[in-house]
Amino acid sequence: MSELTAPPVLRAVGITKAFGGLVAVKTVDFEVKTGSITSLIGPNGAGKTTFFNVIAGLSDPTQGYIEFMGQKRVARSERAWLEPILWIIPAALAWVLTYMLGQAGASLEIVQVMILVGLALLIGTLITAVIRPSWYGRLLERLGIFKSARPNDMVNAGIGRTFQNIRLFANMTALENVLVGMHGQLKASPLDAILRTRKQRREEIASIQEAQRLLKYVGLLRRDDELARNLPYGDQRRLEIARALATKPKLLLLDEPTAGMNPSETAEMMGLFGRIRTELGLSLLLIEHDMRVVMGISDSVTVLDHGEKISEGTPEQVRADTRVIEAYLGKGAV
Amino acid sequence: MSGLRRLLKQLLAVPVVQTRLSPVVAQARGLSSRHQSFSVVVGMAVVTAILPFIVLIWPLSGFESQPDFIDGFANAGVWVLLAVGLNVVVGLAGLLDLGYAAFFAIGAYAYAFGASPFSHLAIPFWPMLLVGAVVAATFGLLLGAPTLRLRGDYLAIVTLGFGEIVPVVFLNSDTYTNGTNGITALYQPWLPVIGDFGFSNPWPYYITVAAIIAVAMMLLYRLQDSRLGRAWMAVREDELAAASMGINTVTTKLLAFAIGASTAGLAGVYLSSKLAIVSPGQFGFTVSFTVLAMVVLGGMGNIWGVAAGAFVIYEIQSQGLKQLNTFFASGSFPALHIGFLNIDLSTINFLDYQYLLYGLALVGMMLLRPEGLFPSRRRRAELHDADDADATNDVLVQA
Repeated sequence: MSELTAPPVLRAVGITKAFGGLVAVKTVDFEVKTGSITSLIGPNGAGKTTFFNVIAGLSDPTQGYIEFMGQKRVARSERAWLEPILWIIPAALAWVLTYMLGQAGASLEIVQVMILVGLALLIGTLITAVIRPSWYGRLLERLGIFKSARPNDMVNAGIGRTFQNIRLFANMTALENVLVGMHGQLKASPLDAILRTRKQRREEIASIQEAQRLLKYVGLLRRDDELARNLPYGDQRRLEIARALATKPKLLLLDEPTAGMNPSETAEMMGLFGRIRTELGLSLLLIEHDMRVVMGISDSVTVLDHGEKISEGTPEQVRADTRVIEAYLGKGAV
Repeated sequence: MSGLRRLLKQLLAVPVVQTRLSPVVAQARGLSSRHQSFSVVVGMAVVTAILPFIVLIWPLSGFESQPDFIDGFANAGVWVLLAVGLNVVVGLAGLLDLGYAAFFAIGAYAYAFGASPFSHLAIPFWPMLLVGAVVAATFGLLLGAPTLRLRGDYLAIVTLGFGEIVPVVFLNSDTYTNGTNGITALYQPWLPVIGDFGFSNPWPYYITVAAIIAVAMMLLYRLQDSRLGRAWMAVREDELAAASMGINTVTTKLLAFAIGASTAGLAGVYLSSKLAIVSPGQFGFTVSFTVLAMVVLGGMGNIWGVAAGAFVIYEIQSQGLKQLNTFFASGSFPALHIGFLNIDLSTINFLDYQYLLYGLALVGMMLLRPEGLFPSRRRRAELHDADDADATNDVLVQA
């Protein structure tokens, strides 16, 4: 089976994102095929990063939805008004029971305790709703309530990302940055940490080894203890990729990963992307301005302009598309 | 003699052995807190053992008797606990909390409800420590939940509000808290050999608070070096990036509030048992502010630094200012008359100028040493980045 006929890892259906009156992304349909490198290009202000943020769960779309690995993850909330009712039910049941006990002639102490139990249930459900653990999301789903995924949910589902303007944890070391990326895979609870259980210590050592392996993989050697802010620019980009890989993604979103790099650094990065795809078996989605990168490594290219998809296909097809040339160079260039 | 030499050699050889470990294990050691737990316990034991002797040395011996000093240290321990706890919220997770005294109050009142004639309950002190911590942590969760979407200034204002609300609630619910008068005659802690701790002997309190601090610091070190500690730092550095790395920022921040609050709860239980009285007046904004000043002056983010800072500042304000009073009152200093100004040092009560001095210390510190007295390595690097970069360049040029 060739890569391009494989089922999509990511599917965006009719995504529209409006900020007040400004429509940044307009009914975009889009797919990333499993194991492919897909590029998203377009002139400045075309809505690429907005689209990225919708995929990553940072902002909910105004219309449309994102499907990841065949599961709908990001969309406008549905029947969200039902949720507050759910919060009240346990406490309400407790209080109804209290009332009935009171009618049946229970002592005052029991009634007081029951009222407190109801209050505790109310607070407990509210805090659970705020924290929104995964089982709570599944419960909502079963009740027909849809809540759009939050960024951390998307990461734990398998989407790793880097940022256009590097957003490392500047005052943490390179190693710690990668360890933060592994947060979702580590299972030790705060209680394990307090007791320093064998499990927690093993996990820490294993995660450090894994983090060092990842740093080596992206080409950051002997920089583990350096604060991220002190790394040279190119290494910061690499560290961001290592950190994103640490989240064990199935799809990697890279927002202008070669911005500000010289040609040889760019070539190295392209090599790294190729290796990530073939060795780690990831799908990649890039936003990129450098046409050598886009045309050199992409299996598929999508062009956005003014929030609309104007072209899609292999690099050759897109390069020949008159509408793309128009968008980039103006009507006279066609 | 040769035996001693061999012993010395063995002691000195330990670091060499450690550097020969494989880099991974060495790094794991560096990150792990096993040696820190050890050093916290040993460090606290050494400090606790040495302090009583230091106050016997001139000029300290002239200030007060040893038991009075010990009593002061036992009170200072409360502030150390508070500062170490607030450090989690402010220093590690980067959430500016101006209402920290609320949790202190909740801990103290928890003990008052659990062990006083007023409530007709007499739960022993030791389990109440745990109860106080848990109750305070629960309120930490409760007060933390509404502030989750807030940052910086807004968060500070809301926490300030909570800090004011809690004492006012205690003040106004007369039936349950005895209002302004507070709850009195709380029961004392009890231990087998010592019996009730009593008011005349400060030593049991001194040892108790040292032990509580040691345990709290050890646990906080362990948390700081764990997955949760890294998540706190990541949220402090860049919340959005932290969320994009799979960290549930909501849980992370709530845990920071809860764990910070639990330490304040411990401090509250301890203090109320020591004073045997709680009243709403003890937990005003000045407490929150003082603890915050201690954290900033001590060196935000560094547990030992914050603890030392809190101790030093408490001793300056309680002991230092008092000694200034006696010093100027005893010596014959000429009163200055400059125009309408009459300055007579011997009549000034320096204790009245406590907060003026705090203000001056904070301003001076921010100008001269913004990272605090005992900064963490990370924070020093952050604030002296430019100098360091220059220094490395110099070294490179010379090489």
